Formats: sequence, structure tokens, C-alpha cells
Amino acid sequence: MKITLASGKGGTGKTTIATNLAYLLSKDKEITLLDCDVEEPNAHIFIKPTWTDSYTTYLPIPKVDMDKCIHCGICGDSCQFSAIANIGDKVLTYPELCHGCGLCMMACPTGAITEQNREIGTVELGHSGNIKMAHGKLRIGEAMSPPLINAVKKHASEDGITIIDAPPGTSCPVIATIQESDFIILVTEPTPFGLNDLKLAVGMVREIGVPMAVAINRSDLGDNAVKEYCEEEGITVILEIPNLRKAAQNYSKGHLIVKEMPELEKHFSGIMASIEKELSK
Amino acid sequence: MKELVVISGKGGTGKTSLVASFAALAKDHVMVDCDVGAADLHLVLNPEILESHDYYGGKEAIIDQDLCTKCGKCKEVCRFNAVDDDMMIRPLFCEGCGACVFICPEKAIRLEDSLSGEWFLSDTIYAPMVHARLGIAEDNSGLLVSLIRGKARELAKEQGRNLLITDGSPGIGCPVIASITGADLILIVVEPTLSGMHDLKRVADLTKYFDVDAVVTVNKYDLNEDITNQVEEYCRQNDLQFLARLPYDEAVVRAQIARKPVVSFGESKVATEIKKLYNDVSNILNK
Repeated sequence: MKITLASGKGGTGKTTIATNLAYLLSKDKEITLLDCDVEEPNAHIFIKPTWTDSYTTYLPIPKVDMDKCIHCGICGDSCQFSAIANIGDKVLTYPELCHGCGLCMMACPTGAITEQNREIGTVELGHSGNIKMAHGKLRIGEAMSPPLINAVKKHASEDGITIIDAPPGTSCPVIATIQESDFIILVTEPTPFGLNDLKLAVGMVREIGVPMAVAINRSDLGDNAVKEYCEEEGITVILEIPNLRKAAQNYSKGHLIVKEMPELEKHFSGIMASIEKELSK
Repeated sequence: MKELVVISGKGGTGKTSLVASFAALAKDHVMVDCDVGAADLHLVLNPEILESHDYYGGKEAIIDQDLCTKCGKCKEVCRFNAVDDDMMIRPLFCEGCGACVFICPEKAIRLEDSLSGEWFLSDTIYAPMVHARLGIAEDNSGLLVSLIRGKARELAKEQGRNLLITDGSPGIGCPVIASITGADLILIVVEPTLSGMHDLKRVADLTKYFDVDAVVTVNKYDLNEDITNQVEEYCRQNDLQFLARLPYDEAVVRAQIARKPVVSFGESKVATEIKKLYNDVSNILNK
């Protein structure tokens, strides 16, 4: 089962909940944790895995053999991303713009275009106790996260529980992460920004069609509007964590809050049962 | 004309709250909300929309089912898994590259412009504002970000305004890259946590990669003064000017609930520090 923590707003507590939930569940079974926030991965700070493997992922980009090029310009005319252009007797490629679709290579009448690699980032694999972890680190300056996110997702558990930490927002990196999830927990804070972005995230999850519930972090921080919204929309609030400075301080030091403050465990204890209940609806 | 862009790497550090206060403190400025996937600045600046425009971000493939013979060549050639087992396009995956259009022996596929969102020119009591809404589950946010920065620049020129203040998004990917290239100054808002420190390093590297000047402030610094000091030290060692320590203050949330910038919401410790920060940023911009 793949459970993904997502949110509209950044900084609501996805990683906090993902890592603490993974830790609690791992007390009696093997858990896989995937950190798909490849732009700014943080889960490892709390899980502190022993890293055992890493590999680079690439996007295929065009390489032009100028001996075969007949300067027909078809490559440039076909490309939707302005990543290749025939200018005079030169063919210029803009690797950073390339989406790796392979069209220029197919369209070239003389087979002058083959593929080479643009580095997207690195996947790292590790473990800590009963937790198997994978995350991705996007190369600085790389614009496209989805191919790296898809590479991390390949490490999901076949038959056990996989917890996936998504990046914030509602655009393509998040879509790539939440695809094929069995359940999504949208993490929010009870503030106007939190509510605004939660509505966008709910719209996104409905578009994908995966069952969801909401977790309200720092639940006594702002006002009641988020709870009222969830009630109106028939969305279950599956978890509430109070706003505790001590929890924030522990978080700041890279500690798992349920380890340092066992009294917080009770907030997490019913989650799996609640998820099963939601899925049976 | 100068442009200040506020980013963070880590989400939830306080970019939008800070930018809203800058809106109230600055003069002759235009506000730009480049967090197009989860825009919040309008909640505090309360813009009156004067113009709204459709945004066509890219293209998507459409298969004419009358011509389609289900040969499956489109599915073979699609690198984005955008053709399902029934030879139907999955819009959420389609990148609009045209590979399927090219390969289809029946010429059954065409690319159409995809309506991906809207952008707005608005007025607020502080300054004009350019903002946008990216459609749910749409991509190409970078293009929309570039579009609204360009429109803001045009607007500023028309109205003789000389400062753009831009609210960025979290992360280091395409919308962030699109919001920082060519900016005069980047302000990185950091939280004093190990996560915040980790993310600062990546976003600071991003500014260096794109050769843009950056300054740093720590928000909610009193949560962990040890790490705040580490941030300051990191800045010192990496040619980043460290500008301010903003205290954690409940006034920030109360002001947000009241839909006001915190500097316009009575006296508070954080308001005092934000005013000083803005002064410093302004001086650096005007050097």
C-alpha cells in the first residue's frame, strides 16, 4: 500500500508526519519510505539512514552528427520546446530546455540525431532499523524533477507499506509523486494560507482520483476555517497535532518528535485504522 | 528598475508573509506573485482584478477516434506514459511533444493549445499586482512565471515605477529558476532548523549557478539560536550577506487572519524587525 503525504502549502509538516509515521509503523514491520521532494529532500535528516547505494539518473538529449546533417531544419521545426534549432550551417541544442521526448531523433530524415545523457540527479538508497529509504537529489540548475521522482518511486515496496513524502504545491512534481498512490494524506495548517492551498490540493487529488484525508498540523494555531471546510466537503480529518514549541524545537534539531515526546504518539496511533476505514468506503 | 525576488528552498519559512509586509513598506513598486501553483499573496493584499487573461501553457495531443486504428504506435513512442492501454491520451501525463503526432500512420493525432490557467493585472491599496492561477494539475509553471514577470516589468515601465517585489515558490525547480533569472537581488528566507539549513545550501547554490546576488534572513530565529548562528556562519563563509533575525511572533498569524500585512497590524516585535530588514534590502538594491 502506498500512502503519500502531500500539501498545497509548503512547510505544513509533510516530512514531519511521513517520518514519524514511518518510525512508529516500523516498530513491528518493515516500512519503505520514499522522499520524492527531490528538490529539497529532508526526510533523511530525521531517519538518519545508513546509505548503501546511489546512482545517477539521466534524461536523453539529442546529439547531432554534423556529417549526416543535411540542414533540412526539420528537427527545429518539430521541437515543441525550442531545444534544437538549425541556424545557418549549425545545429544548436539547448539541453536545459529538452524534455527528452525523442521526436527530433525520429523526425530527422538522415538519422543524424542520436541520444546522449543530461544528468538529472542522484537516487540514494539506505536503511535505518526496519525502514528502507530512498530519496532523490535534483542536480542544482536542473528544471525538471518528474524523471527523478519516477526513478525514486521505482523503489516502492511490492507488498508492504510505502510512505511517500511529496514536494509542496500542486504542479507537475507533485502530480508525478502522487500517481498510483493508494491513499493521500493532505497536510495543512489552520490559517488562511493553509486553507487556500488545501482547496487547491483537494482539487488536484480529486483530478487524480485517489482517496484522501486531511491532517491538521499545529491544529490550535489559527482559526477553525480548515475544519469547517473539511466538514463541508466530507473530507475526514485523520490526524491533528497541536502547536507545541517543544515539538518545533525538536524538529529543528532533526529529532523524530514521537521519539522525544512519546505523549504525541497517541495522535498517530489510529492512522492506519482510519486509512483502512476510508478505503473501505 | 530593480527586482527583488524572495525565495526559500524550504517551504513555509515566511516568504509570503514577508512580501506582504514589503508591499506596505515600499514605494513606487509593483507586486508579483510567482508562486503560481499555490498563490497566497492575494489573501493579504486583497487585489481588485482589473484584467484577466487566459494562459496557454503548452499543447496536448488529441486523438481523432474516427481515424484511429488502435495500432499502438503512439503508445510505443510516447516517453511520458501518456497513452493508456485503450489508446486514449492521458492529459495529466501528456507533455505536448508531438512524437505521437509524427508517428501516427493514420494522421489521427493533432496537438492543440492547452488552456493551463489565467493571469491577472490587479490593483491593491499598496501597489499594482501581477499574479496568476495555474490550473489544477497543470505543468509548465516556469513559462507562466516568466510571463507574469515580463508583464510586471512592462507595467512598471508604463507607470514609472522602479521596483518589482516578487514572491517566489519553494524548491529549486523550474518555477523557482524562472523567477530568479535576471533578478537584481534574491532574499532567501530561512528557518532555523536542520531542514532549513540543508535547503538553504541548495537554494544558495542555485543562486550562484544562475549568477544572481543573494542575501539571507532567518525567520522565527528564536526557535533555535544555535542553528541561526550556523546560518550566519554559513553565509559568512559563502559570500552571502546575512541581514536579519526575525523573531517568532503570533502577530504574523493574527495579521494573516485579519488579511493584513503584519507591519500594518499594530505594533509587534516582528513588525519592527521587518521594517529594519526592508530598509537594509532597499539600501542594497539602490547601491
